Amino acid sequence: MKRLLMPAFLCSLAAIMTPSIASADADGSAILQQQCVSCHSITGPAAPTLTALWQKKGPDLFYAGNKYRSDWLETWLQKPKRIRPAGMFYMDHIKPGEKRDMVDESTLKEHVKLTAADAKAVVLALSAMKTNSALIKAEKHDASIAPGPLGEMMFDKIYGCMACHQIEPGYGGVTGPEMYTAGKRLTPEFMLSYIRSPQAWDPKIWMPNKHVPDANMQKLVNYTIHLSKENFDE
Amino acid sequence: MSKTTLMIVCSLFLLPVTSMAESAADNYRTYCMQCHGMQGNGMGANIQDMSVQPRDHTDAKSMGARTDAELFKVIKEGGLAINKSALMPPWDSTFTDNEINDLVKYLRTMCKCKQPG
Repeated sequence: MKRLLMPAFLCSLAAIMTPSIASADADGSAILQQQCVSCHSITGPAAPTLTALWQKKGPDLFYAGNKYRSDWLETWLQKPKRIRPAGMFYMDHIKPGEKRDMVDESTLKEHVKLTAADAKAVVLALSAMKTNSALIKAEKHDASIAPGPLGEMMFDKIYGCMACHQIEPGYGGVTGPEMYTAGKRLTPEFMLSYIRSPQAWDPKIWMPNKHVPDANMQKLVNYTIHLSKENFDE
Repeated sequence: MSKTTLMIVCSLFLLPVTSMAESAADNYRTYCMQCHGMQGNGMGANIQDMSVQPRDHTDAKSMGARTDAELFKVIKEGGLAINKSALMPPWDSTFTDNEINDLVKYLRTMCKCKQPG
């Protein structure tokens, strides 16, 4: 009898627990449908043409589980702060200025803010979105390859990443996402894979492939991780 | 419609859309304007902290000093390929050779200039 009771107990326990997990997941999916899909793609594919690219209002989320660090995402969704100084497609948010084209702040919208419970549910749903896992599995992050003083040199001068990305608030380009939070926002494997081939993730994206050798990719990624520890965003 | 014709017609819809060539104007708008500016004058949104300023594509004098082959090379392989700044990236993974040729022609209309010689 005891042998029969234990499996029955475990089944009951599973039955009690499963709905709570499923409902959290369902809530996250529902929130995504209600509040996110008007700006983000959660199904893919990535924009195959420039016309489709220009229509993007936010980053694709159908590979969010491979891209974002869950802890950062959960915190950010509760207190969102702009990551792309010139919005998603920069041409929608710049205007000619005296010395250079300027970001037109009036065209930028604040990101929706979620409650702690909703953020948790959304992150749970997003973490299951893992398109392009093969690209992630192909990468191996080596945290021991220290960039040293070469990190900033590579980012600014050798590969010219700062042309489009900021390494501290207000310093660097504006058409790419800020890099001083990348180390806490993104998984190292995603960063490696994206630097290796931005087009493998987003065929029409305005980030070029700089053909960075493997060892230097590790240094660039470790440089951004080092940068994020400076907590410029706090 | 024969079965073979039907298969050919259907396969046309299955071709990867990414193989579709974009116009030079659209490519310029998407990839070049971020540094070379909305008016192509080198005053792009990204230039604030650049150590080397992007080329003014409307400047007939400096653009007229470059051959079409050099323009092709710098777009495809980046600034370093012609001993210029690494801030100009290689676009070989973004554009096809045909798209780059179209961009070279487009640049000639912007500068209202021809290659030397």
